[in-house]
Amino acid sequence: MATKEEILAAVSEVLVDSLAVDEEEVTMEATLVDDLGAESIDLLEIVFNLEKAFDIKIDRSELIPEDLFSNAEYVVDGKLTPAGLAILEERLPNANLDAFKQNPMVQNIAKILTVADLCGVVEQKLA
Amino acid sequence: MNWYWIDRFTVFESGKRACALKTITRAEGHLRDHFPFHPIAPASLIVEGLAQTAGLMVNEATQFEKKVVLGKIPKLTFFETEITPGDVLEYEAVADYINEEGSMATVAVRRGGEKIAEGVLVFAHLGNEFNNKRQFAEGDLEDLVRAYGMYDVGVDADGRPLRDPSLA
Repeated sequence: MATKEEILAAVSEVLVDSLAVDEEEVTMEATLVDDLGAESIDLLEIVFNLEKAFDIKIDRSELIPEDLFSNAEYVVDGKLTPAGLAILEERLPNANLDAFKQNPMVQNIAKILTVADLCGVVEQKLA
Repeated sequence: MNWYWIDRFTVFESGKRACALKTITRAEGHLRDHFPFHPIAPASLIVEGLAQTAGLMVNEATQFEKKVVLGKIPKLTFFETEITPGDVLEYEAVADYINEEGSMATVAVRRGGEKIAEGVLVFAHLGNEFNNKRQFAEGDLEDLVRAYGMYDVGVDADGRPLRDPSLA
């Protein structure tokens, strides 16, 4: 079983490789989109490389539950409803959603994903 | 559709690996300018050949139901760029991952066994929800893979010959 430090080191290696960022930029708090400059195609590559590095399977919806955001029941005027937020919290138990809750516009969700969230998903898979 | 940057498949293992040949000829129009009296195959079109080899492998593995779009080239190294008329390029693509949303392949191109370039390609798989426009005109993709000989050399995951759906 890998330790948290070992997981962070391996996740960091994947991010440095996939996003061409410096290792020092990859902190637990860094957001993938705003801080590290990831685009959606990068997230796909990151998932593939994490699967390879840890020999695990990650569904991209475990990182960004896109199905929730395309469900009219939970999205009104581009914002996630309280019911949608409750489901989001269930689906992303490791994510810190405090900032997103301030302005739950659907397009902001990818921006809140942090290095810590990635590590959390990997840790959960390895448990 | 005339964006042909491979000549034919030589190996096609469904969802696993594809190899293709491309012969560089002096008759290719762009070589008159790239460069005058010193024709060199553009590296960008060699990459396109790699993308076609890998992309069509992914297309077949996803039953031609997705729009397979080259999204990123995370790694690419050229060891030789002096590719001239008469050279026969051997493309190889090995599938690393293929799922609903995308795919990743390790690719290489050789000339007589000498490695010319190697890299990794990432493809996004777009469904019709992205937009309703077709990626290819009706029948073009099917004609393309037939022209490339996918059904002449292709085998499925169990090693059985791939069936051309038009002959069903």
